[in-house]
Amino acid sequence: MSDIRHHLTDELLMAYSAGTLPEAFSLLIATHISMCDECRAALESCDAVGGAMLEDCTAADLSDESLRATLALIAADVMSEPEDRRFERVDHAVPAPLRDYIGGGLESVKWRPIGGGVSQAVLATEAGATARLLKIPGGTAVPDHGHRGTEMTLVIKGAFRDEFDRFARGDVEVANESHHHTPVAEEGEDCICLTATDAPLRFRGLIPRIAQPFLGI
Amino acid sequence: MLTSQTTVDETDARVLTPGYGATTERALGKVTVRTVKVSSDVDWVAVMRRIRDDKDTEAFSALFRHYGPRMKAFLMRSGASETVAEECTQDAMATVWRKAHLFDPSRASVATWLFTIARNRRIDVLRRQRRPEPEDLPWGPEAEPDQEDVVSLQQETARLAEAIKELPEKQRKLIEAAYFGDLSHTEISAKTGLPLGTIKSRIRLALDRLRHAMR
Repeated sequence: MSDIRHHLTDELLMAYSAGTLPEAFSLLIATHISMCDECRAALESCDAVGGAMLEDCTAADLSDESLRATLALIAADVMSEPEDRRFERVDHAVPAPLRDYIGGGLESVKWRPIGGGVSQAVLATEAGATARLLKIPGGTAVPDHGHRGTEMTLVIKGAFRDEFDRFARGDVEVANESHHHTPVAEEGEDCICLTATDAPLRFRGLIPRIAQPFLGI
Repeated sequence: MLTSQTTVDETDARVLTPGYGATTERALGKVTVRTVKVSSDVDWVAVMRRIRDDKDTEAFSALFRHYGPRMKAFLMRSGASETVAEECTQDAMATVWRKAHLFDPSRASVATWLFTIARNRRIDVLRRQRRPEPEDLPWGPEAEPDQEDVVSLQQETARLAEAIKELPEKQRKLIEAAYFGDLSHTEISAKTGLPLGTIKSRIRLALDRLRHAMR
């Protein structure tokens, strides 16, 4: 847990706390925070800002009728046991939020090859941003690409290096428009990453650019 | 009925705003809709404990009467119609009851925790999206947080609220815009001058203790 060296930015944490991020980004952030107490603490401090906003709202009219309706909701709920997922936790290689989107562990991912030995699986999220898993065999490079928007990459398994640094399990890399990079998986095991993008990736080579619409990258 | 946080609050008030009349106001028992000092006179953490441990509907009603109208206003400012805001408030407050055992006062004030519940409800209903949430930390009854940690965190949160009020108008408006959902994520700048460092360290300590207790 303490091995994580690359964390979420304050901007992203605040946007996640405010609840304004596209679902794909929220998924990546929730997955990282599940592995990183440092960012969990940072997020919860942003939530405190939201709490201050709530406390400071000028009270709207809310009748006692509404309180009665809520108590009725609670009474109807008493039949069902309280929500409690605390004891279901097992030390999964895949944190709970990501498991929910995969529908299980890494063995349940339906990989599709996208060339060069690299495979991907797009996860279902609302339009506007895309979440995908990438599997990069050890020693293999992901084609050189730039970004029109923001791309976040979170390492789930293995490690990769690019022009900037080394990224291992739990590490996050945030790339923007000016950021061209070529991630290369370290020799050995496959590197599996979760990525979130809010615009299609832009590959610099001609062939990948033509293939782009078909591959859904 | 409701315990007042006397010692803590008064010391705190003096530290924060020397000479400010918060104590007088409390002594007069004046009820204001919008209190100047953010940590209100009621010990909401104690109220939450009564909800959690005693399933106390009277405590819940007090919480609802204070925070329900704020939550509704918060949701309306975030773009909900009055009807939707009211429905969301009821759902969110029912969730507060159901999840009371997950509230950790060494990591969040009651207002903070309520904010997260209202925010998630807003995303579900207004944006019709799933909200991926971090994995819950396992949290057994044996890990009742240390009272000192609770008090420190609650005081620190009150100080943050004060600091937000003292920010220049323009900065405060930006933070409000971010939290009421008026800014897209790319428009949010975290360079707001918010003093989040101390709160973050305290939460971090609480998390470390939790992890330690789990082993």
